[in-house]
Amino acid sequence: MGSTLAADVRQICKDFGNDPVRLIDVARALQSRYGSISKETIALLSAELKIPRVRVESTVSFYSFLSEAPKGKIVIRLCDDIIDRFSGVELVADVFRRELGIDFGETTPDGLITLEWTPCIGMCDQAPAALVNEVVVTELSSDKVRDIIQVLRETRDPRKLTRRYGDGNNASPLVRSMVCNNIRKRGFIFTEKEKGEALRKALAMSPVEVIREVKAARLRGRGGAGFPAGMKWDFTRASEGDEKYVICNADEGEPGTFKDRAILTEKPELLFEGMTIAGYAIGAQNGIVYLRGEYAYLRRFLEDVLEKRRQAGCLGKDVCGKKGFNFDIRIQSGAGSYVCGEETSLISSCEGLRGDPKNRPPFPAQKGYLGKPTSVNNVETFCYAVRVIENGAAWFAGIGSKGSAGTKLLSIAGDCAAPGVYEYAFGTPLRQILKDVGAEDVLAVQIGGPSGKLVGEADFDRVICYDDLATGGALVIFNKERNILEIVRYYLEFFVEESCGYCTPCRVGNVLMERCLDKILNGQGEPSDLPYLEALGETIKVTSRCGLGQTSPNPLISSIKNFRHLYEALLREPKEGRQPGFDFKAAVAAAEEIAGHKSLLGHTAH
Amino acid sequence: MDNKTVNFTIDGVDMQGKPGQTILEAADAAGIYIPRLCAMKGLSPNGSCRVCTVMVNSRPQTACTFPIAEGMDVENDTEKLRTMRRDIIDMLFVEGNHFCMFCEKSGNCELQALAYRFGICAPKYPYLFPKCGPVDASHPDVFIDRNRCILCGRCVSASIEQDGKNVFGFAARGPHKRVTVNSDSGLDKTDLAVADKAAASCPVGAIVRKRVGFAAPVGQRAYDCAPIGSEIEAAKPSSGTNQ
Repeated sequence: MGSTLAADVRQICKDFGNDPVRLIDVARALQSRYGSISKETIALLSAELKIPRVRVESTVSFYSFLSEAPKGKIVIRLCDDIIDRFSGVELVADVFRRELGIDFGETTPDGLITLEWTPCIGMCDQAPAALVNEVVVTELSSDKVRDIIQVLRETRDPRKLTRRYGDGNNASPLVRSMVCNNIRKRGFIFTEKEKGEALRKALAMSPVEVIREVKAARLRGRGGAGFPAGMKWDFTRASEGDEKYVICNADEGEPGTFKDRAILTEKPELLFEGMTIAGYAIGAQNGIVYLRGEYAYLRRFLEDVLEKRRQAGCLGKDVCGKKGFNFDIRIQSGAGSYVCGEETSLISSCEGLRGDPKNRPPFPAQKGYLGKPTSVNNVETFCYAVRVIENGAAWFAGIGSKGSAGTKLLSIAGDCAAPGVYEYAFGTPLRQILKDVGAEDVLAVQIGGPSGKLVGEADFDRVICYDDLATGGALVIFNKERNILEIVRYYLEFFVEESCGYCTPCRVGNVLMERCLDKILNGQGEPSDLPYLEALGETIKVTSRCGLGQTSPNPLISSIKNFRHLYEALLREPKEGRQPGFDFKAAVAAAEEIAGHKSLLGHTAH
Repeated sequence: MDNKTVNFTIDGVDMQGKPGQTILEAADAAGIYIPRLCAMKGLSPNGSCRVCTVMVNSRPQTACTFPIAEGMDVENDTEKLRTMRRDIIDMLFVEGNHFCMFCEKSGNCELQALAYRFGICAPKYPYLFPKCGPVDASHPDVFIDRNRCILCGRCVSASIEQDGKNVFGFAARGPHKRVTVNSDSGLDKTDLAVADKAAASCPVGAIVRKRVGFAAPVGQRAYDCAPIGSEIEAAKPSSGTNQ
């Protein structure tokens, strides 16, 4: 066994060029073969890649898809997103527990199946859903779960779980997935046929002209921050250095988001064309698609599209016959980490490191991947760049609202008749969208996922755009049967687990907010808790190092603002001198155990 | 002459610094103390503790990482920033299991000294009482007590940058993040030497040299007579030091 492991580590490292930058790919391959990255494996990786052991441990212990503890041959990761919870995931979870005879976090005695919870896997439009190794199973029910367990026990092969394929390319022989696209409202991304002319058109222009066009179109980043894409390209182009990179952020991890999944499935050519145009404009030779670990089921398909583009001359040496423009794209898999969607964390992760964000300045445009000038853009942004080149800047700038040109893909899920992907022009009122998706009795909408804002009826006439209701794409709808505080509690828990832990306010502050909210939910809240939470939230937002901490208090703080009465109903002025959050019995429990009798104080205090 | 000086302000006072300096370095040189924990002279800045957060042209930045620029306005000693720095110090206290009264780092501890400077008698947040595992006393000369670790990253940087080793690193993430060492067991299996800079880089009582505790009597410890930062405030411009 030991010698097999050593040989495998050596071979897999060799497959990735013995390059420490590819540590996550190497570790994922070993994890899937051996079910863990053991101490022994860490030592072997350290020797093979010639990096310190502590660096290997540091990286592999960061990602939730890698583990030191052994896991089963098959890992079932049931999505515990709030939408899955509202879609009955607890019932489904119980069937998993009962059928497997284990709880979450455990492995069956035969070592076959491990059962785990996982945050949003990008399937909120077909919840409850789960990952079985890399296979996605959707719209789970009790019967489906029983069937899944039976198939896994009989075949030991998760691929056998897919009997009916989803629409479009989900049925491609390289995908074979039951995932459905659910593209409900098509605009400029999901057009019928790709012309594929934009790249040639761009190559006929000078790189500076391409950037000028993207700037004139006022194309802003679609990932959420909304930075002008043309400016980002311009800065990267202007930075010194012969080696530059284009990175596509395909790590959509915001709970409730899945619009990039639809692009990756149906429009990969469009994405790669956009990346190639960006490469030309910036002067980059290499592109990287950072594909979230949950979308591994699309990897072979995407590799194949890349290979076909190479064969067609759209990637590689002298792209489309343009002398001297060499550009190729590789896919980097994520390994289960939300913070890696933050552009500097994503770069760290591409470098085979922990997904810690980096200090800015220097910005990625100056010093990014491996210290080289890098432009990181969202999947959707690259696609719109193609449309800008195809149809002209004036056309694009003429769509949408004043500060927000063009259209936006929205992943809409939750309490509505038709969850899915919708494309709207910026400036569309929220009320119109709610009507289109068939949402009734709406209590609240989480705009832009948990890092965005939770708004109620009073805000439904506001519009989707960068200057009003800004969003990276996730719209989660809650009807009047839902408990706002339960939603907020879930989102906080999510941020606590996904914080990288690098900076104090995010690492500690979110835990403190969670504790206080629990205190309120346990009926021990006092009026002073609200100003306490607001002040704590402000400190976390102002002093955190990256976008995660800077937005993590949003659901709590915006719900206190917009739904204050829900909190106030749970708060009581404490009796004089009492701290309702202090559990006397729990505090003296250890002493009671040592003393061997109950505390008299404990009886009188209650 | 002109290109060798960067003009900026701190709290409305005109300052001059050198190109390439961070706000923290320029402030130190001017005798202005900006509180900090993870920043240490001689190490590249981490920007992890966030205590040195200042407002740069009204946007929050860490003084230890942010370079000065011509015409920049820096807010440092404001009510809002003092409150937030206090909050962060409070967070570090409740995140660990700190026992100042019996800790051999008492009086020389930068976290404790900052708390005193900010007038903190007790943290305003509830203690989290984390379970940090046993003390690693395997090394003959140095031990690690993770109860007192504030995850500042100074030991990690010092080992790499100053000692040319890789003794320390971080494992796991979020609230589970912890300092780890370059071996499959304890500190004794690493190449840490007692004279390494990393062994003396800890601002708190997490990485401690054995057999030298309580050497200085109360009254003669680093922060017994004057609060942390006084040495910077006392320094004349252009001779600033940074502890």
